[in-house]
Amino acid sequence: MLTKRIIPCLDIKNGRTVKGVNFVNLRDAGDPVELAKIYADEGADELVFLDISATEERRKTLQKLVLDVASQVDIPFTVGGGISAVADVDRLLKAGADKVSINSAAVKRPELINELASKFGNQCIVVAIDAKQIDGEWIVHLVGGKMPTDIKLFDWAKEVEQRGAGEILFTSMDNDGTKDGFANEALAKLSEIVNIPIIASGGAGNMQHFTDTFVAGKADAALAASVFHFKEIGIPELKQNLKENGINVRL
Amino acid sequence: MKTVIINYGAGNIQSIKFALQRLGVEAVLSNNVEEIRNADKVIFPGVGEASSAMKKLRESKLDRVIPTLTQPVLGICLGMQLMCNASEEGNTKGLGIFDTDVVRFSENVKVPQIGWNTIQNLESPLFNDVRENEYMYLVHSYYAEKSSEMIAESEYDIKYASALQKNNFYGVQFHPEKSSKAGSKILENFLKL
Repeated sequence: MLTKRIIPCLDIKNGRTVKGVNFVNLRDAGDPVELAKIYADEGADELVFLDISATEERRKTLQKLVLDVASQVDIPFTVGGGISAVADVDRLLKAGADKVSINSAAVKRPELINELASKFGNQCIVVAIDAKQIDGEWIVHLVGGKMPTDIKLFDWAKEVEQRGAGEILFTSMDNDGTKDGFANEALAKLSEIVNIPIIASGGAGNMQHFTDTFVAGKADAALAASVFHFKEIGIPELKQNLKENGINVRL
Repeated sequence: MKTVIINYGAGNIQSIKFALQRLGVEAVLSNNVEEIRNADKVIFPGVGEASSAMKKLRESKLDRVIPTLTQPVLGICLGMQLMCNASEEGNTKGLGIFDTDVVRFSENVKVPQIGWNTIQNLESPLFNDVRENEYMYLVHSYYAEKSSEMIAESEYDIKYASALQKNNFYGVQFHPEKSSKAGSKILENFLKL
């Protein structure tokens, strides 16, 4: 049976991890490759690298990072952040990334999803959607949730599926950083209206939240950053806990 | 020993090269017929869409070369699917090495299947020291139907062949290069064949 996935997310700036991490056994807490190897050994099912650098050299730096990760880490990983062109994706996949995640560029030019899916296959195209509720309606936001659009979450989710997205990474800006749990109602609705896997993101605070998002939220995977980086939740304990709660995980 | 990864422009071959490097093997990427014929082991990768991958194979005449190889050959993911008779994806005629067809998962499940699933009924030296129900990483929308050549089975909506073998030809639907230590063991077993 297919298992539910646990995905640590690493924010990357100029080739280094951004958020402080609390791993005592790390020689270099800013080294994404070393952190990635630890997560892989602990049983993470996948990794996401989100590049937030805005320098001229970012392309080269990111490509080198992807090569380093691919050479040393034996689980799949996704790269996202600022990807807007077919050529970017080509370089990242050739360097060894398994999937790429696109966000704002897809909102600005939805045909990009079709182009990427037809060139590389939909299995490697993740569309990331950031949304928050405005007057009770889930609205897609850009620029890390700062800029509202006039696009409704559920309409957009259907559209990206039709255009060839292989997976949706949904971040609720209402839940992100709260540690109060994932946006399970919206997640469950997403799973009902599209037939591609949904990755839940935003709001993880304790182990129960993961069980909740897999059961109530019907999510296929759950992504989190700080709870893993600060060792508030260990991946082996989390997976054991999920198993005890009847969730099918890789152990 | 010389290991060649067939490089015909379909998909993520870097990861396979790196996985072999972690096992101490420096594989050669090639689409050269002579180089492929002379290799001790051949890996036939593939990611993407079946009909366009098959077109690329035909353009480099590899569609005629691969079925005649006599050394151990390992097809991975789309590589395995192309070794079958035919695929529903793009109505593609395959290489016909494995006597089974490739069809799409039904709408009862999310498509593509993405993630870690178990493999069972393991029947091949490819799986030496790999436990029953081991987890492997899979990403696919189409699957090979069960056949007498099946050496591993998985279940997603239905039971299907997640690995096939016929003589010197092996095929795996999952990505051993991305399946942690157990995946690495399978690659190691292949290199020892």
